[in-house]
Amino acid sequence: MLEFLENLGKTTRSSFAKLGRGTFFLAHTLTGIGDVLPRPNLLLKQMYSVGVLSFLIITISGLFVGMVLGLQGFNILSDFGAEESLGVMVAASLVRELGPVVSALLFAGRAGSALTAEIGLMKATEQLSGMEMMAVDPIKRIISPRFLAGFISMPLLASLFSAIGVMGGYLVGVGMLGVDDGAFWSQMQANIDFQEDIINGVIKSVVFGFVVSWIALFEGYDAIPTSEGVSRATTRTVVNSAFSILGLDFILTALMFGDI
Amino acid sequence: MQHSKTQDTLVGLFVACGIAALFYMALQISNLGSYTGNDSYTIIARFQNSGGLKVKSPVSLAGVRIGQVASISLDKESHESVVEMRIESKYDNLPIDSGASIYTAGLLGEQYISIDPGSSEEFLKDKSKLDITSSAIVLEEMIGKFMLNKAEGK
Repeated sequence: MLEFLENLGKTTRSSFAKLGRGTFFLAHTLTGIGDVLPRPNLLLKQMYSVGVLSFLIITISGLFVGMVLGLQGFNILSDFGAEESLGVMVAASLVRELGPVVSALLFAGRAGSALTAEIGLMKATEQLSGMEMMAVDPIKRIISPRFLAGFISMPLLASLFSAIGVMGGYLVGVGMLGVDDGAFWSQMQANIDFQEDIINGVIKSVVFGFVVSWIALFEGYDAIPTSEGVSRATTRTVVNSAFSILGLDFILTALMFGDI
Repeated sequence: MQHSKTQDTLVGLFVACGIAALFYMALQISNLGSYTGNDSYTIIARFQNSGGLKVKSPVSLAGVRIGQVASISLDKESHESVVEMRIESKYDNLPIDSGASIYTAGLLGEQYISIDPGSSEEFLKDKSKLDITSSAIVLEEMIGKFMLNKAEGK
């Protein structure tokens, strides 16, 4: 019993300590962003590895998610003779939920894990300490550009995901299943609101980009500098990112669309 | 810092694609493309029953969308529904004796206001009131009447 209490206390203390370290880390990273802006090459390189390399997985997944939505939606809507609403269904589910959430999950798996592994290995091979020895702040030089790159890339990727998903739904719905072209678009435009739906979707993806980049970089920076520690940190990045994305998505949806 | 030109180009392409996707969503998917903005004037109509009409429901004339519903409120005195409609200002020649009716698009579709143009030489202005209105058709009411007629007929 006493041992259990002791363990509980230890876990509580270490998780609070981690939260505190994470917050300090975030504050340090954010102040470092001011030093990134005069050196756009740093940012550009990270935009390439975080954004451009995620481009393919995001577009292809977006296309397939849109196509599946088109097929499934058509099956259900045609039972009610409401095939014309297919466009609204595909666009609303993509713009409000699937675009931001699925692209953030893919982003955490594709770019977040890579960031954690990279930073963790830099720590394990003492590159970060080496920088400190040369009076270069590793957070400003290494972490901040990556954070900014993730933060900028995420909304762009989510927009791409939604836009391509709608095209996928169009291909299946209008091209294959014969929904009326004009009704598909006009119903969509009549029912999707720019501020309510699209801006809120973009806000979601901005929040997810912030959180995923933070988790990925912090887990790498906080990793135990051994090969096992780095592998564990990478796993934690994906798991924690997924939890935070889905949990935050519920809170954001309740704030944006629910009457709470 | 080493960086190649192709990397620059690819990052540029990525950002351009992302922004293009945003614009595409704004213009093609949402109602921003047909947003009326300030270029509109308001007309008011009173209905006995505005049914399932909602804010932003379309207002059409001869099947062409000319505006949208701006607000729906209840007149406490007469227990009527007061509907304000925002009409695009390019359609500024609606006769003053026009009427408004609430119809349903399809059997289960959304409800919209249809303007029936009159023949007056005078035109509706901002804050004009439409006098001739016909209420929304409530399906249950119609079925009820139909059943009653059937029952009486036999």
